[in-house]
Amino acid sequence: MSLHLTATVADRDVEVALDVADGQTVAVLGPNGSGKSTVLSVVAGIIRPDAGRATLDDTTLFDGRGSWCAPHERGTGLLAQDPLLFPHLSVLDNVAFGPRSTGASRTRSRELARTWLDEVDAGELADRRPSELSGGQAQRVAIARALAAEPRLLLLDEPMAALDITVVPAMRQVLRRVLDGRSAVIVTHDVLDALLLADHVIVMESGRIVEQGPTKDVLARPRSTFGAGIAGLNLARGTVEAGSVRTASGLLVAGLHDEDPVPEGSAAVAVFSPAAVSVHRERPTGSPRNVYATTVRELEPHGAQVRIQTDEVSADVTAPVVAELDLMPGTEVFLAVKASEVAIYEA
Amino acid sequence: MTSARYSGVPRWVYVPAAVGALFIVLPLAAMASRVEWGSFWSLITSESSREALVLSLRTSATATLLCVVLGVPMALVLARTSFRGQTLLRSLVLLPLVLPPVVGGIALLYTFGRKGLLGETIDVLGLQIAFSTTAVVIAQTFVSLPFLVVSLEGTLRTAGQRYEVVASTLGARPTTVLRRVTLPLVLPGLAAGAVLSFARALGEFGATITFAGSLEGVTRTLPLEIYLQRESNPDAAVALSLVLVVVAVLVIGLVRGTRSSAL
Repeated sequence: MSLHLTATVADRDVEVALDVADGQTVAVLGPNGSGKSTVLSVVAGIIRPDAGRATLDDTTLFDGRGSWCAPHERGTGLLAQDPLLFPHLSVLDNVAFGPRSTGASRTRSRELARTWLDEVDAGELADRRPSELSGGQAQRVAIARALAAEPRLLLLDEPMAALDITVVPAMRQVLRRVLDGRSAVIVTHDVLDALLLADHVIVMESGRIVEQGPTKDVLARPRSTFGAGIAGLNLARGTVEAGSVRTASGLLVAGLHDEDPVPEGSAAVAVFSPAAVSVHRERPTGSPRNVYATTVRELEPHGAQVRIQTDEVSADVTAPVVAELDLMPGTEVFLAVKASEVAIYEA
Repeated sequence: MTSARYSGVPRWVYVPAAVGALFIVLPLAAMASRVEWGSFWSLITSESSREALVLSLRTSATATLLCVVLGVPMALVLARTSFRGQTLLRSLVLLPLVLPPVVGGIALLYTFGRKGLLGETIDVLGLQIAFSTTAVVIAQTFVSLPFLVVSLEGTLRTAGQRYEVVASTLGARPTTVLRRVTLPLVLPGLAAGAVLSFARALGEFGATITFAGSLEGVTRTLPLEIYLQRESNPDAAVALSLVLVVVAVLVIGLVRGTRSSAL
């Protein structure tokens, strides 16, 4: 079940092209308002794009402003943040809704519903009303309901965002099980979802896809600011100048190139871990380093360390270092990072 | 449920509020005080009263049914689609709510009457609508349709389309979504709208007397009967009025019941 999509939604300023291969789970990451949900709505047939074309296997979902396939004919199941179980139906009839609507008998569709409820460990909830379920239970039932309709492509729009944090790990396990070998697109905020559920990651910013690739590549070598953010890395974007990366703000970052260096003048990113950044009150001397004079903006706990945020670069230091240097928002500091800790590659 | 929460309402407001409440309750009490309880039963079960009551119930029930059949699709189109001139259409649909009923009756006469817009077509079919029971039903439907449309459109908008979207992604055709999701979810609103329409149809006077006349047993509904009896037999008029008050109270109870059980 493979999806090929190009779409433009003018009034939301979204323009994307993406593919989902058979059996592949693609995670769409990006800040709020970057157009992730719009993409799902276009695929599901809830929003009609202004231009573009989409095919799911040999079905044309839409083609320009001409041909158009209604949502119920697409075979794209949609699971939203809210479970949206039909309040007037029992849990069993909610799950049986899909098969029943596509022609299965009442008995057969209820049999199918029981099977799918068992699949998500919710078999004992069959006779309850949706109002009698907890958030986690309701979302399990919603997953069973989406799967029971036998979608060719499953679309998940931040399926765990509305859940109590204590039930998220269990829900992730359920999703990991049911998404295995299934074509799916999952919109998420959480890098763990991308790591555990997806083979492939797409990063969106301002309605465009800024980066995509296999999950481990994107997290190891991000090319977008958001990608670097979820991977927990510093990213400086600019052009190559004397082997270093010159950013728009004038910073010059020296680092190591791959075997094939990025040519002079091309767009490139310099990526390094906050843990590789050291913080000083006096300008450090000695070995060749990238040194920047800047001001501390924020301090926040980060695991066992403290993350120092400045305008462009963040640094992780231990609490004793913070105390010794007397760091607080507004403190003038020098940040240093060895060139050998910085990776430079094409943007 | 009363709580001891500070209301913030100025004390003097209670005075006009009480006057307003009295203004509504007092006339009803005055009327009830004039009821001849001894002859009440025989007054409301006299030949002409019974005929008027039965005719009223029959025509109002038919009109309510028509309101549901026509009003549900209208509410759906108004609430779920958008097209040029929709705002204008919505205003026009509301017109019978604010139009003097007698004007509605005249309009109907020039539409369905013998010399009306559709009169000849109807004549060819061998039908005679004006001054028949059918005319009563048409007049009642005309004035009560907006009640159902407005009530249901509001409920549809409040309910939103999220459940409908989910149903369609589960493979349900639009008709299946309407039958299994939309209508069950707005059923309380639909019931409330139908009850309101029924009440409006039951009380309809102006359009009926203009368009349908006042033929005993054919078009003389309860309000018309009350109006006629007012001079010849005031006791009967008061007794029948009380019957309509009781029906009205029941209707309000029903609507409040369905509203509070909604969602």
